[in-house]
Amino acid sequence: MTALRRHRKLSAIWSSEPGFRGWFSSVNHSDLGRMFLVTAFFFFLVGGVLAMLIRAQLATPHSAFADAGAFAQFFTMHGTIMMFLFAIPTFEGLAIYLLPKMLGTRDLAFPRLTAYGYWCYAFGGSMLLVALVFGIAPDGGWFMYPPLTGPLHSPGINTDFWLIGITFVEISAICAAVELCVSILKYRAPGMSLDKMPIFAWYALVTALMILTGFPPLILGSVLLELERAFGLPFFQADLGGDSLLWQHLFWLFGHPEVYIIFLPAAGVISTIIPVMARTTLLGYGWIVASAVALAFLSFGLWVHHMFTTGIPLMGLAFFSAASTLVAVPTGVQVFAWIGTLWKGRPEMHLPMLHIFGFFFTFVIGGLTGVMVAVVPFDWQAHDTAFITAHLHYVLFGGFVFPILAGIYYWLPLVSGRKRFFRLGEVAFALIFLGFHGTFLAMHWVGLMGQRRRIETYDAETGWGAINLISSISSFIMAIGLAMVLIDVLIHAFVAVRGGRNPWKAGTLEWASMSPPPAYNFASLPHVTSRDAFHGDPGLANRLAKGEGYLGDPQSARRETLTVDIATGDPDFMVIYPGNTRLPILMAAVTGLFFLSILIKLYWLTPLALAGVAALALVWVWRLGARTDAGPQDAGRGVTLALAGETEKSPGWWGSVFLLVANATFFGSLLFGYAFLWTVAPGWPPQDWLAPSLVELGIGGAAALTSALAMRLAIRGNRHRARPLPGLAFALTATLVTAVTFAMLLSRVPPPDGHAYAATLFVLGSYALCHALIAGLMLAFAIARARRGYTSPARQAEFHIVSLWTDYLAVIATLSLLAAHLPGFLA
Amino acid sequence: MVDPAGPAARTIATLWWVMLAGAAAILALVLGLLLAAFRRRGTASDEAAGVKVWIIGLGFVFSMSVLAALTVYGLFAGQRLMPGAGAGVEAGVGTRVGADVVSVSAEARQWSWRFAYDDRPDHITDDVLHIPAGRPVDVAITTTDVVHSFWVPRLAGKLDAIPGHVNTLRIEADTPGTYQGLTAEYNGPGYRAHVFTVEAHDAQSWDAFVAGDRQ
Repeated sequence: MTALRRHRKLSAIWSSEPGFRGWFSSVNHSDLGRMFLVTAFFFFLVGGVLAMLIRAQLATPHSAFADAGAFAQFFTMHGTIMMFLFAIPTFEGLAIYLLPKMLGTRDLAFPRLTAYGYWCYAFGGSMLLVALVFGIAPDGGWFMYPPLTGPLHSPGINTDFWLIGITFVEISAICAAVELCVSILKYRAPGMSLDKMPIFAWYALVTALMILTGFPPLILGSVLLELERAFGLPFFQADLGGDSLLWQHLFWLFGHPEVYIIFLPAAGVISTIIPVMARTTLLGYGWIVASAVALAFLSFGLWVHHMFTTGIPLMGLAFFSAASTLVAVPTGVQVFAWIGTLWKGRPEMHLPMLHIFGFFFTFVIGGLTGVMVAVVPFDWQAHDTAFITAHLHYVLFGGFVFPILAGIYYWLPLVSGRKRFFRLGEVAFALIFLGFHGTFLAMHWVGLMGQRRRIETYDAETGWGAINLISSISSFIMAIGLAMVLIDVLIHAFVAVRGGRNPWKAGTLEWASMSPPPAYNFASLPHVTSRDAFHGDPGLANRLAKGEGYLGDPQSARRETLTVDIATGDPDFMVIYPGNTRLPILMAAVTGLFFLSILIKLYWLTPLALAGVAALALVWVWRLGARTDAGPQDAGRGVTLALAGETEKSPGWWGSVFLLVANATFFGSLLFGYAFLWTVAPGWPPQDWLAPSLVELGIGGAAALTSALAMRLAIRGNRHRARPLPGLAFALTATLVTAVTFAMLLSRVPPPDGHAYAATLFVLGSYALCHALIAGLMLAFAIARARRGYTSPARQAEFHIVSLWTDYLAVIATLSLLAAHLPGFLA
Repeated sequence: MVDPAGPAARTIATLWWVMLAGAAAILALVLGLLLAAFRRRGTASDEAAGVKVWIIGLGFVFSMSVLAALTVYGLFAGQRLMPGAGAGVEAGVGTRVGADVVSVSAEARQWSWRFAYDDRPDHITDDVLHIPAGRPVDVAITTTDVVHSFWVPRLAGKLDAIPGHVNTLRIEADTPGTYQGLTAEYNGPGYRAHVFTVEAHDAQSWDAFVAGDRQ
């Protein structure tokens, strides 16, 4: 087969539907990565327009441009959009587009999940846009502190848009994070052991793990605040046993890791580009990976530094201040490693390098002011002033926007297959750089002079007028620069001349694909032997196109790829992907209906929407699998592999593991909230505890444990005698008993709107009940699959997935029951 | 804060100038090294030597020592500013005894402040806080509705008013006079105008205030 015929055949198998219809049914990572990026940049423009409205208002004293209410919507939505609808989705889009290409494979682990995540993002973001257009956007500041955002002080729908819209969007972040973890660990070219992974993949892996552990506290906080607003459960009301500080803890438990979730992918871009621009290899690869991991761990230990002014005791302040300064060490290691890389090679000043220079200058200043505000006494003065606004823009613009601009110019030739020919980019960089520093350098100073953040205007006597005017004019210069980048990119994408492959002479595998890359990425998968796979082997691209790698023989109409052992990179099993489908967009729409029903308080619709989601989820998984054993498959180059469905640890198993990591963090945050309210909130202990019951505790705990054990019996029964049904039926019964126990517990909880204790118990019980029902649904599904012949001793993957969920149920049911009954026994 | 008028604000202002100087030096160092990479015409250094110089030397040893020094400095500065340290010695203020500390309370609501005085139990002032100059004042801060923050920029840092909690902030004015106070946590549409004044009295006028001769 010639390379061209192979290309045509693979394209027929992998292509999305032509035209705009393809947008709705595509599950291809290149399509969805681009859709993520385009949507994220659209939101960047919206957020940018809001920023310009803010600066227009503050340009002169006593400006009558916007009133306090409108101004509050501007700054709240500016922060919210930039954080949740621009920065995180940009990372997702970049990682989704690039990673399979860099890792030498054909797609991500769960193509339909990629699409579902995108549509959740698009629909959730649209909800916030609608709120903005109708002037009912959130207005409590982007960190939404109650009681200001509670039912008493913000009765309007504005806050609900934030809580519900952002939670909806966060589904996409969790989906992308699960997908990236599994993809990076399992979906690589054979031979690519962990230490041969491109550095960007390491950064993306650490970031994805941080999303899984960083977002759940905020999701929990949003759920609790929405429950308080909609049903009066008083989690944040001091007079009913709640505490508004709980929100601040949950929010910043998310919010500080969030800063590194934004910075680390950008650091991955920098670590990728700098060695290429300097014609050398990255200095201290292992050290950089270790610093990224250290940064991730440290970032979870310093959320309190956003709360230095809330009256934390001195010892606490000392601990968190030390942790906050300590986080500068791994950052310093990375910055110096990058400069060392430049010294090691022969750096050239191309356009991406200009933006990296912008990164260094801006981010180092942001880091230094960050160390300043980590020093507690200084923070007492600077907190909530324009100094903080300036600091965080130095960190985020320096640490994210400049590197992303560098990345755009670096990877554009790959995406478009064209060469830049206008020199617009250099002028745009100069305007952005000067405009940015003019805007925010001035803001530090006016903050030190006492200008608070979020004030809608100020008196002329303050003497801040000139500084604010400089700031505003500079911000418009920056905006012109960013608009020029947009024009430059559009010209590049549509009218520039064709360019050759790998213009930067980079060593990573994405450049071994065609430019623009085809839907299947590689006609055959490479065998990787070094970190810069493409550098020492310029003929690689042609050999791959000729089908000399793995899976180079497209016999059937299957979308095939293979997975590897996590550490060694040896081939593990073969994967058949699902094809184009509209199921993800439908599922996202029904999910949206669920959120919408809560937003507009159409509560009769909520259970219908949930049932719809469950039904679609069953369709989703039912479509996979086969009714006969396929046996070992030929993967080319003399390797034979089992199909994913005929292994114990299938992609679905790995996906469940990472989803459960996020889920366990959510549950852990809930227990933290319970303990926090108990020990810190005023108004405790409550008037009466739940009447403890040894019977309920015993039956519920035993049933949950039985369900986990019975599921193991089912797996053994399937493996040895092809008889999973007795074990499955036993497990289903035990799960239903667990569900009934929690339903009874919920019926005995004191009125949840009377005290935060009862409210917490109510959420805890509902969480466990919900998981018992999910496990029950999965067991019923497994029984149906077994009866229809979709399982066999070889086709066992689904049982192992269900087993994970029954194990998880056993753990959380036991802990929930203990947390509910123990206080009663002790009292 | 660039114009301090009390010991706490002055300590913080000094801290700021020290940190600014340090930060400027570090920025110059990093940018110097960055630009030098483009001007260098020497032999390329090898990986092991690079790791030693850049990662161990600059990344670890340099960052760690600067940060350790700063953290210790910051903690000592912070400890002296905490309430309860009043019986101790403060730089430039001299020795004082615990009885010297004046206690007042501040209660925030949307959008005003109500102040009460331990030394004059039946008296309440709205949006004006009276304190004696030259004596440390512990302000017990709370709120009746949402989160606010008590801040007199020229005297000290800020501290939040949290529903259901009471936080105590130490402030002190060097000389009698009027100082502007601000609320510093966004608290709704009235946020900008949510301000108050602090009247620092000399000893005689403070005694008169406590005795009820002044409003």
